[in-house]
Amino acid sequence: MHGRKDLTIFPERVEPLLLAMNEEGKNARQLPAPFDVYPLDDIDKDILNEDLPGLPDVSEVETVRHFTRLSRLNYGIDNGIYPLGSCTMKYNPKICEEIAGSVKDIHPADTYAMTNVLKILIELSKDLEEICGMDASTLWGAAGAHGELIGMLIIKKALEEKGEPRSTVLIPDTAHGTNPASSTIAGFSPVQIPSGPRGYLEASTIKDYLDDDVAALMITNPNTLGIFEQEIAHIAELLHNNGSYLYMDGANLNAILGTSRPGDMGVDCMHLNLHKTFASPHGGGGPGSGPVLVKRHLMPYLPLPWIVADEKDSYTLKWDSPTSIGTIHSGMGNLAVLIKTLAYILSLGPEGIKDVSHVATLNANYIKTRLSKSFDIPYTTPTLHEFVLTDKRQQANGVTTMDIAKALIGFGIHPPTIYFPLVVNNAIMIEPTETEPLEELKRFADVMETIASLAETSPEIFKDMPSVSPVGRVDEVWAARHLILTWDMGESNKEAAVSKQ
Amino acid sequence: MSFIPLSREERKEILDAIGVEDEDELFETIPAYLRYKESLNIEGPLDEEALRSRFQFRPHKISFLGGGIYNHHIPAVVDAIASRQEFYTAYTPYQPEISQGTLQAIFEYQSMMASLTKMYASNASMYDGATALAEAALMAIRAKGLKRVVITRATNPAYRKVVNTYLQFNHSIEILEAPFDIISGQVDLDALNDMVDSDTALFIQQPNFFGIIEPLDKIAQTAAKAGFWGIVITEMVSLGLLKPPGAFGPDVVVGDAQSFGNPQNAGGPLLGVLCTTKAYIRRMPGRIVGLTKDSSGKKAFCLTLATREQHIRRGKATSNICSNQGLCALRAAIYLSAVGPKGLKKIAAQCASGSRYLMELMRKKGADAIFKGPVFNEFVVRMEDAKIQALEEAGIVPGIRIENLYPEIPGGQLVTVTEMNTKKDVECMVERI
Amino acid sequence: MNFPDGLKYTKDHEWARINGNMVTVGITDYAQKELGDVVYVECNDVGTRVEQGGVFGTVESVKAVSELYAPVTGTIVEANKTLEDRPELVNTDCYGDAWMITIELTDPSELDNLMDAGKYEAYVSTESK
Repeated sequence: MHGRKDLTIFPERVEPLLLAMNEEGKNARQLPAPFDVYPLDDIDKDILNEDLPGLPDVSEVETVRHFTRLSRLNYGIDNGIYPLGSCTMKYNPKICEEIAGSVKDIHPADTYAMTNVLKILIELSKDLEEICGMDASTLWGAAGAHGELIGMLIIKKALEEKGEPRSTVLIPDTAHGTNPASSTIAGFSPVQIPSGPRGYLEASTIKDYLDDDVAALMITNPNTLGIFEQEIAHIAELLHNNGSYLYMDGANLNAILGTSRPGDMGVDCMHLNLHKTFASPHGGGGPGSGPVLVKRHLMPYLPLPWIVADEKDSYTLKWDSPTSIGTIHSGMGNLAVLIKTLAYILSLGPEGIKDVSHVATLNANYIKTRLSKSFDIPYTTPTLHEFVLTDKRQQANGVTTMDIAKALIGFGIHPPTIYFPLVVNNAIMIEPTETEPLEELKRFADVMETIASLAETSPEIFKDMPSVSPVGRVDEVWAARHLILTWDMGESNKEAAVSKQ
Repeated sequence: MSFIPLSREERKEILDAIGVEDEDELFETIPAYLRYKESLNIEGPLDEEALRSRFQFRPHKISFLGGGIYNHHIPAVVDAIASRQEFYTAYTPYQPEISQGTLQAIFEYQSMMASLTKMYASNASMYDGATALAEAALMAIRAKGLKRVVITRATNPAYRKVVNTYLQFNHSIEILEAPFDIISGQVDLDALNDMVDSDTALFIQQPNFFGIIEPLDKIAQTAAKAGFWGIVITEMVSLGLLKPPGAFGPDVVVGDAQSFGNPQNAGGPLLGVLCTTKAYIRRMPGRIVGLTKDSSGKKAFCLTLATREQHIRRGKATSNICSNQGLCALRAAIYLSAVGPKGLKKIAAQCASGSRYLMELMRKKGADAIFKGPVFNEFVVRMEDAKIQALEEAGIVPGIRIENLYPEIPGGQLVTVTEMNTKKDVECMVERI
Repeated sequence: MNFPDGLKYTKDHEWARINGNMVTVGITDYAQKELGDVVYVECNDVGTRVEQGGVFGTVESVKAVSELYAPVTGTIVEANKTLEDRPELVNTDCYGDAWMITIELTDPSELDNLMDAGKYEAYVSTESK
């Protein structure tokens, strides 16, 4: 394909399953054996395993080569831009990884070692509250969705204490799918409300939906169109006058760090995604972290344990409270991620934090300006750190959002978020973040322009896009029809076996 | 230190390309009264050395701590591989063509967990064992319209608290505790029998919070009367010794696999496990990786059964979980590959032997274990505050105080031994008792 | 798109074939197209009762899960077992081999609430954006 600049090469062939290397006796690992082995005849034979545990027997070299080759089938942030909207795939600083290692040998019940950990967590809480303009927080949410659930439970408890069993939560049509799911798990019924024609929620619309059954409205600001919810303060006022709460999904905080604060917007309760805004790695699907921040009036409901000051000018954990919603994790949330976050905040300092939102917005608007010449941009409303475009122009020649995404892979670039938000048909949601060099922003824009031009001149090539990825288009229908979920399943396992490598 | 790679000139170039004079103009879309004009009251920027000195911690040298989070040997290969940027910086594998590494590794994790537990399938992880248990309870209630959840009192109290939190507003569900026998430390089978019927979801921890191995073979008959039942495993290394839980016929196995290659990390991240029988795979919360092929017939992997998840089903989803504990599951897969079947068995034998060694020495000093039942790697003794303080001053943490969690065991102390303790550690502790 | 004349249709895109007091039910050509490749079909057990407009099962594709709504009130007397192994029939033969259940009807007047092919075709053209 002409004009292609492959900066990402996938060097590995398809890798067999670990099971394929299994052979009895290969694993010769020496393990710590400090104790003389007891006969264990006090344990009933019917409870003991007569066979060996069901694991493959492979050598260390094979383990290392297998997983190393697997890693090379992946695309990471250290390879290139990852322009996924609402994911904030920014650079993961290596110093933060190193700092997190300093807690690895601490057991949470080691109160002496934990005193310093708790001091660090208090500092982190204060910094997050300062950044968000909120009064109090909990750090135990293990992910954004977990944070949402915690927030919804807090609101439910607060309402119950007031003697108001309200059951409805209003959720805009631009919301992430976890919003209605979390409110449902908490026992609410989500009701979808339409965003206005300019892409943001209008207070006048909200008025139509408010009644005494509305517990809360869940808003994302800026929303998934990258548009700042301009009427949020009015909406907050309407909600408060109605006895309802304003919950904010903080996934898009990157756009407003140091520039605008949710607390000032009238938000009562919100969560953060530390693996987005605060540069913790995504880990191929986690661990993330979803702290929840509240205004003073919701403090009593925060989940346990609470970190409280003791008489000795240090901190301890409080495990009892009649008002709290209870504990929501068996440990200390994803504590290592919390450590990385404080290291990140301290690395940046107050000016650095503000600069994040400036450059995130700058970079997104640069890409938008470049791409608006060749792609349909559904809203003229100004956007911040991300924006949405559609395949409308390319559809004229039969080229779809899916084709564009797969073509990007063909150019060695991870595609943006596609088919979300639902409020835009065939959406392509782009968020470059602030950690992309100008050269990389230009490369992405150049490639998108090339794709747009190919869609006009030779649309037929999109169906047979040559692939630099290790596998071609993956058959998700076959996967769902056969449901082979482990390597022990089904005869079909052999059917799907490699026909060519 | 900033991670922004743009020079001043480049920022100007971008402003020109956009047609904007000043960066502040980009934020005109934010109402003026919402613009934050002050400077954040936050420390920094700090350089890397300043950061290194800021984060200093001192764990005890000799400790016998467990109770749901365990100190186990982690082979060097786990860190070496998990710190590859292609694994840890990667996004969720929604674009399968360029995420085959993550997808296959998770598929292998699922396979090994299913194989170890002898259950039909495993998901790609949950936040921790407690939330996995709560989600399993929700699964049971939704699937069968059950009215009652029975969890043994000897199941980790932190887990039971989380289940209560998740179910607190569901007033049609009763949550009950099945008592344990004060002599053996195992579940009271007669009491359990009276509590279980077809309207009940039953959960039982193995080994239980006291480290006692439950007679699952006997319990299984009672459990089969329940509408739904599950086994909870907080110490996965026990799978190196005990019969796989699937052999007893539960509908789910939940728990935490932090013991597989994940450090204690002062309490997180942990690794929630959820495995089910074939009948429940469509009701499993969380992500699942499936095997398939690509357009040319090559073996490939992708996320499957996604229509049950939040991003498609939204309000009707099986759960709200999105990000899970992906990297921790990868570490578990590497760990299991590194230690192998004989290795896991050896480690389990060491844990069971270490606890017996310490129990024997303590018995000789008049500090008997409270329960008569067989243990895995932890046990309960009575210890006075003064004794504990003396040990801590000598640099030894002799386990976790549990008398506040179990007032019926005054002076209760849960002591854990793993392959990371030494004979000397044990002898040091016993000396001071 | 194909909407055979001899059948009745619902607003939720099910079709009904009436044979005395037996009503065979499936989903229409419009529905199967919207869903995409069907991967799974699940129906309530034979012997269970359904209400007109009530849920009798779900149909799943890679991008969506949809509830299946009964066109009439009655008892499920038959369920199509072939769909367990061959869900793709919903895409290839939605009016024939991919029939889902047969309901023994209790109130024939309910049939008046259903649309004929012409009405349904008009309804579909307003539904699709």
